[in-house]
Amino acid sequence: MTALVRPALVLAWKDVMLELRSRDVLISSLVFALLTVVVFNFALDIEARTVDALAPGVLWVAFAFAGVLAMSRAFVIEKDKGSLDGLLLCPVSRDSLYFGKMLSLFLFMAVIEALLLPAFIILFDYSAFTWEMGVAMGLATLGFAIVGTLFSAIAVNTRSREIMLPVLFFPVVAPLIIGAVEVSTGAVGDVVGAMGAGRWLQLMAVFDVVFLFVCPWVFGLVMEE
Amino acid sequence: MSTVEKTAPAVSARASGRAIPVSLVLLALASVLMLVDMYLIFMWAPTEAVMGHVQRIFYIHVPMAWLAFTAFGLVFIGSVMYLWKRDTKWDNLASSAAEIGVVFTSLVLITGPIWAKPVWGIWWTWDARLTTTLVLWLIYVGYLMLRAYSPNRSQAALYSAVVGVVGFIDVPIVYFAVNWWRTQHQRLVIGSGTIEGSLHSDMRVTLYFSLLAFSFLFAYLLWQRMSTRRMEDELRAARYQVERETRR
Repeated sequence: MTALVRPALVLAWKDVMLELRSRDVLISSLVFALLTVVVFNFALDIEARTVDALAPGVLWVAFAFAGVLAMSRAFVIEKDKGSLDGLLLCPVSRDSLYFGKMLSLFLFMAVIEALLLPAFIILFDYSAFTWEMGVAMGLATLGFAIVGTLFSAIAVNTRSREIMLPVLFFPVVAPLIIGAVEVSTGAVGDVVGAMGAGRWLQLMAVFDVVFLFVCPWVFGLVMEE
Repeated sequence: MSTVEKTAPAVSARASGRAIPVSLVLLALASVLMLVDMYLIFMWAPTEAVMGHVQRIFYIHVPMAWLAFTAFGLVFIGSVMYLWKRDTKWDNLASSAAEIGVVFTSLVLITGPIWAKPVWGIWWTWDARLTTTLVLWLIYVGYLMLRAYSPNRSQAALYSAVVGVVGFIDVPIVYFAVNWWRTQHQRLVIGSGTIEGSLHSDMRVTLYFSLLAFSFLFAYLLWQRMSTRRMEDELRAARYQVERETRR
């Protein structure tokens, strides 16, 4: 177990250190997320009367777009300097490599969300945040990181990788986006319906668990050469 | 250069010599069955009382939807086997099935609205089955794009196999999510059993015959595509060999 966890933590720490020094990912993704929200404000005319109904959709589109931006950087920084080969030559398992990358990606996305949410609350006087929404954010972000790490590792090797990643990523994580938005809308209290937040959180948890087994396994096979 | 010209036709002739009989048989069967199928659909099957003639598109729409799902199942099997065995024949199966699956799903997404507009009054509804089909189509279009953008043959096979596995596992989760999402907001436009439940026996016979005819079309296309891929691989290997020898 330590053979898996320790190298993963070291690799994640390397990414965090790199990020603290360059601030490449966080700044660009955060500005992009904020811009998304501003554009939506013009497009949908968000105001006090409509904010509760529109907020979940706008927030999750912003989170998802910023997340894709962050995950496209995850392997590009390794690829551009040729350090991916170095990582592959390291005497650590592919699982450690995967979980290290996944962990740093999860952290970056969590930070982006933690910074964007207060900004959103202040800008639109949004007050409907509940603990279910917090759990949904955690589950969706984890799922984004699980699937995103795998697809990012693939897309980085293709031509027009900036296009390939979202094209692969968004259809697959559709259940997470639906679930997260539904839980958030339920939190507002207009339509909780027969479903309730609990069932959606379960579905998102199932998604995370299934792909937590599938993605590292596939990653190990793909990264062999 | 002249060596290449001599080698290439010899290889393809050998490959097609092996492939043509089976594909010819499949083509002949598919053609005959398809002609009979057209007769059954347009002449023999009774006209639906409420929907009228437009309902006949159902005999084309439904078998293609079923076969598209079968195709994506084959993509999954081919992808898993390729990741496991690393034999290009499994990749040939997966990628050929993906192409045909995307074509069939596209036709399903086109024939659906043609039927829906006169019957429901709308082209499209975000109902569970429709939305899942659309998401499925997007996943496998991504699969084909990924192959096109991959730097070489073996990486295309490897990367697309990942999508073939992840995408197929994702489908039931997408279906659950979309089903819950929609039942919460609006009632399904397709009442359960409007078609399936009250199917006249002649209609059912036509549907199953149509499924048979389209299955042979599917088998023919799959066989043809796979043998083309095999020829491409043999040609690539031959060219590589020739280049290596001329360099020496």
